[in-house]
Formats: sequence, C-alpha cells, structure tokens
Amino acid sequence: MRHTISVIVENKPGVLQRVAGLFSRRGFNIESLAVGTTEKPDISRMTIVVAGDDQTLEQITKQLYKQIDVLKVFDLPADESVERELVLIKVKANEKKRGEVAKVAEMFDARIVDVAEESVIVEISAEKEKIDDIQKLLEKFGILELVRTGKIALEKGGKG
Amino acid sequence: MELTGAQALIESLKKEGVKHIFGYPGGTVLPIYDVLFGEKDIKHILTRHEQGAAHAADGYARTTGKVGVCIATSGPGATNLTTGIATAFMDSIPLVAITGQVGTPLLGRDSFQEADVTGITQPITKHNYLVKKAEDIPRVIKEAFHIASTGRPGPVVIDIAKDAQNIKLKYKYPEKVNLPGYKPTLKGHPRQIKAAAKMISMAKRPVIYAGGGVISSGASEELLAFAEKLNIPVTTTMMGLGAFPEDHKLALMMLGMHGTAYANYAVQECDLLIAIGARFDDRVTGHLPSFAPKAKHIQIDIDPAEIGKNVRIDVPIVGDVKQTLKDLNSKIPEKEGRHLAWLKQVDEWKKKYPLSYKKNDLLKPQFVVEMIDELTKGDAIITTEVGQNQMWAAQYYKYRKPRTWASSGGLGTMGYGFPAAIGAQFGNPDKLVFDIAGDGSIQMNIQELTTAVIHKLPIKIIVLNNCFLGMVRQWQELLYDKRYSATNLCNNPDLCKVAEAFGAAAMRVTKPEDVKKALNDSLKITDRPVLIDFVVHKEENVFPFVPPGQAINEMIID
Repeated sequence: MRHTISVIVENKPGVLQRVAGLFSRRGFNIESLAVGTTEKPDISRMTIVVAGDDQTLEQITKQLYKQIDVLKVFDLPADESVERELVLIKVKANEKKRGEVAKVAEMFDARIVDVAEESVIVEISAEKEKIDDIQKLLEKFGILELVRTGKIALEKGGKG
Repeated sequence: MELTGAQALIESLKKEGVKHIFGYPGGTVLPIYDVLFGEKDIKHILTRHEQGAAHAADGYARTTGKVGVCIATSGPGATNLTTGIATAFMDSIPLVAITGQVGTPLLGRDSFQEADVTGITQPITKHNYLVKKAEDIPRVIKEAFHIASTGRPGPVVIDIAKDAQNIKLKYKYPEKVNLPGYKPTLKGHPRQIKAAAKMISMAKRPVIYAGGGVISSGASEELLAFAEKLNIPVTTTMMGLGAFPEDHKLALMMLGMHGTAYANYAVQECDLLIAIGARFDDRVTGHLPSFAPKAKHIQIDIDPAEIGKNVRIDVPIVGDVKQTLKDLNSKIPEKEGRHLAWLKQVDEWKKKYPLSYKKNDLLKPQFVVEMIDELTKGDAIITTEVGQNQMWAAQYYKYRKPRTWASSGGLGTMGYGFPAAIGAQFGNPDKLVFDIAGDGSIQMNIQELTTAVIHKLPIKIIVLNNCFLGMVRQWQELLYDKRYSATNLCNNPDLCKVAEAFGAAAMRVTKPEDVKKALNDSLKITDRPVLIDFVVHKEENVFPFVPPGQAINEMIID
C-alpha cells in the first residue's frame, strides 16, 4: 500500500542525508521525496511517498522520530489532504501539431510555458492520476523529456 | 570569560564531570591537546590505536554507567574510531567521540587527512555534529552528553574543524538543552501498566526475558523485586548478564543460540514472555516464527521503535525500565506460592539439562572460566573478545551484579575486550578486571599492552588459546564438513614472549591442575598486566548450540 507521510524537521545540515540514509539502511522504499522550507524558515517539511503495509509504516514513523532533528511525522490519508505534483513535459510538436497539444493541455488545466520550433513544454500541477492521464495522451505526440517534483501534500482544514 | 574553542571544549567536558579521556593526537586536534597539556582535572590516556581509545571509553562507560569520552584526529584517526563507535551503537552505550576536522577553508576539497566523518558515522551514531564555529562548542557538548546518556543511550560524534578550536568565544556553559525533537518517554502509560499487571496475574507459566536495558536504566533491584514478588523465572540476554543474580533460584541464565537448554525450553513453553529492555535479537530468538510460540508478549522498552520491531507485542509499555518496574511492582499484590507447578517444571529442566562439558585430563576452557568465578566469587569485572571465549565467559562465570560484564553483543567486535578492560580498570581502580580472550582476538588490539603497562594496570588477560579462530572453526566443523578454511592459527607468535616484550607479566598453563595456582599467582601481580596463555583443548565446542535458522529448543546440547 502507498502512504504519503509528512516529516517536519529542523532545517539543519545533514538532516536530508539522515532521513534518506534511514530509508535505504532499513530497506524502506521511497517512491518520491520532496523537501522545502515551511512558514518558519528554520523548519523544513519533507513529503515522502512510501510503499509498505501498516507495520512498515509504523516502523518508519518510529525510526524517523528517533532522529534528533525530526520534530513531527504524520501519515496523510489521500481523502483528507490536498496532494499536488508539478510536472514539466517536453512534447515533440512542430507548427502543425502545436494546436493539438495545446488542446490537450487545456483539457487538463495545464499550461504551455515554452514554445520552440520542434517542441513545447507543458506544465501541469495536479494529482498523480491526472498527471498519468495527460502523460498518456501526450505520448502519442512523442515525449522528449519529463521531470516530476515528487508529491507534496497538506492536510485539509485545521492545522496539523 | 573569553576562551578559545579548544579551551571551551575542555571546560565543557569538566562541567560534564569528565575525568578520563582516551585518545590519540594528530594534526587537527593539536589545539585540544595543547590545552590538555598540564591539565589537572582530566586525565588523558594515550592508547596505541584509535580503535583502542574508542573501546576503552566504551568499557569505561559500561562498567561505571558514566559517559565514555574518546578523541582522535581527522581522517584515519576518525575512521579508526568507527569500529568502536559502531560497537557502542549496537549495544546502546553512552559515548562522546570527539574528532578533529580540517579547517573550514579546506573542507570539501579532499584535503590532507580529510574524511566526511559526520557522513561516515551517521548510521552508527545516535546523533552527530560538525562544528564549524567556535561559539557552538559549549552548546554542542551540552547536547551531546544529554543525548548520549538519556533515553536509549548511544554514541554521539562531535567533529570539530581545526579553526573553530582556535577562534575565541565568550564562554558560558548552557544550563539547559533545547532539543524540541528529542523527548524520551520515561513514564509508562498507566493504562498499559494496568493491562500488563492484569496479564501477569493471569499467567500460569510466565518468563522474564531481561536485556541490557535493565542495566542501562539501573533497574536490577526493581527487577529482583518484581521477579521475587511474582515468583517468575528470569533469563537474560548476553547484554543483560549481571542484571539478575545468576546464583538466584529464579535465574535461568542466558537464552538463545548458546543459552542454557532450560532457559530455551522455558521460553518455548511459557504462556507469557515479559521482555524488559531487550530487543528480540536473532541470536536470542533463532527462527523467529517459532520463538515463544505459546506466549503472549509484554515488552517494556524506552525506545518505541523496538516495540513490535521483530515480534508482535500484546502489551507494549514505552518507558524507562526502572520507573516502569517500580510502577508495576506497586500494582501487583504479593501472593505466596505463585507458579509452583511451573517452577517445578523449570527445576526439572535445570536438573536434566545443566550447562556441562566433558571433563577429562585435557585443559578445558570452560574449566578456566569456572575457576575465575570460584576465585573472584562474581566480584570481578569480566570483559571479553568475541567468539568461543565470549560464550564460555558468558556461560561459566556467574554474574551477580550489573556492570561487571562488558562484551560486544550486537556488533560482535573481536579486539574489543582488552581495550575495554583498560577503560574498565580506569573507571574501577579497586576492582579486579579480567579480559577473557581467544588467541585470535587478543592479537587484534594487542598493541594496547603498552597502554596497560605504562599505567600499571593489573588487568588479567586470560587467553583461551586453541590455535584456532574457534567459533568459526566450530561452525566449519558442524556446518561445513570440517573444512577448516582460514581458521587455523598454528603460526601464532609466542604470546608470553610478546607480553613480556611489552613489559607485562606472562605465564603459560597447559594442565588443568595448574589453573588455580596460575590464577592465584596472577592476583599477586598488582603493578602491571598479566597475560596467562591457557593452552586449551583445540577442538572444544560451545554447547548448547542452536544452529542458525532453527527454533531455540532445537539445540545441539553436546
């Protein structure tokens, strides 16, 4: 089962290495990892997508808490949080095909952010499923390059 | 008060009550060693290898309960410490290891003797620091000692850039630490304690399985009270030796791969296993799904990550062992004559399957250990190397008090015992300290004889010399068709001559009847270490033996 966990850490040198090292050392698989600062500049938030059963998730959470620089760890259930991923897709598109690509982008609320002679770059910020869908549709034009940020997520309402 | 970083470091160590530092100088710790020159309150002990310094600090910590401190220079000095740091990490021993680092302008440039010490030690420390600013030194020392010694103890590395040691700072030692991400749970949840008390009162065949956590939390008295109140037999892990008096009628001695048969049978038959400061290590459990198959499990541990890591736990209690046992003891009413049928069964196993070895004319290593026990009545400190020597030392010496045993349990580090004995002797100047060693492992840190000789430490080095890497040979005998690949040490040097060349006393014993006299003679030598080379039966095996991957009641008894 796939889990999205938020790890609130002190923004100190080595903390990313500690967390990443912990995952590889204990054999936990990271599907994606996104790190950035929060509303407080000395605090960072890591959003980590991991695969594993409940017992694995529990062990991951406990091992994360053992790190001195880790302040808080929580699981973000998909239905109680807003999840986003930013993706840039460079699609093969000459003058003739450009319009078609633009149409697909429009359907997905994606934007064309760069136009070159033989290609365009499509930017989309969405949930995983939507990104998978647009990727599938754009494949028929030919995807030249693609980059994903990894998922970030925030729980709805209140303040966790 | 204005001090240099190095001065601030030493002042801070004094504030933490440090009396001994084990170390080895080098380029990037010169400012620190300059402060140590002429220092009165802290004694620096120069070992002959940084690994020796780390193990000595560890042996000091295990036998005193204080934080052990070691120091080394950057690069190879620091990497030489790592085996000692990993040893302490696996066994949850409080250690502060200070390493010099190249100056900040040289960092990250592959400079001379530069190594990424915080990177290298990250998986083998409870926490580590790279200090680039002098003003951070007092806070980091305060935090390091706090982290190393509280919660589940462990080693902390402080890597200090050379320029930070020279720069001046306004020195003030912080009174408190501010670590929002580090707050160990000390008091067990009352609901869990109540649930545990209820489960215990229902049990018909309970067993206590006590580990190193009992020793690190200083809970031996509480454990004894708990076991006696309820009449529950107690087995200890190797790390827990000394947590419960082995001459007590409820003692089952050690369990697991080389545990007593009766401890293993009791665990396999029990209906309630109470794990106290123990972590269900593979050397304890054998084949995990078959471990304690009839039992409900209660686990008391200060580290939440240990709960349910290997075995499903019915009633977990996260908390300090001492505090939790106190709370539990107050919840459980005393009742005479509990578990009599169960104890009778356990006693039958004890009678039927005692620890034993074949006694004949040969000099048996087990006999040597028994004689040490007889001579010291359990009052000595025993350190060990790793392998057969370690297991015989664990089996045939009766540990009666905590902190009388120092052995590398988790990492299994050969070469640990002798430097650890040096640390133990510095921490316990009035105690008898024995290192029970093999002929293989003693050679791994034999250079520390110099350290022991210079400081006139009367450590007894007991070499159980079988001209083999004995434990590996035993596995080869039993599991690899006696193909003794790379385990024959017939080209050993004359260890007595080696010891004498270092300035130690030495004796050789080849017959069982001479063991007692040699040990007695060694006790009379009080101004230097003594190495006794016991030329023991070469192919003696450690039994019981649970072959790897088997259930612990499927052991080879002899």
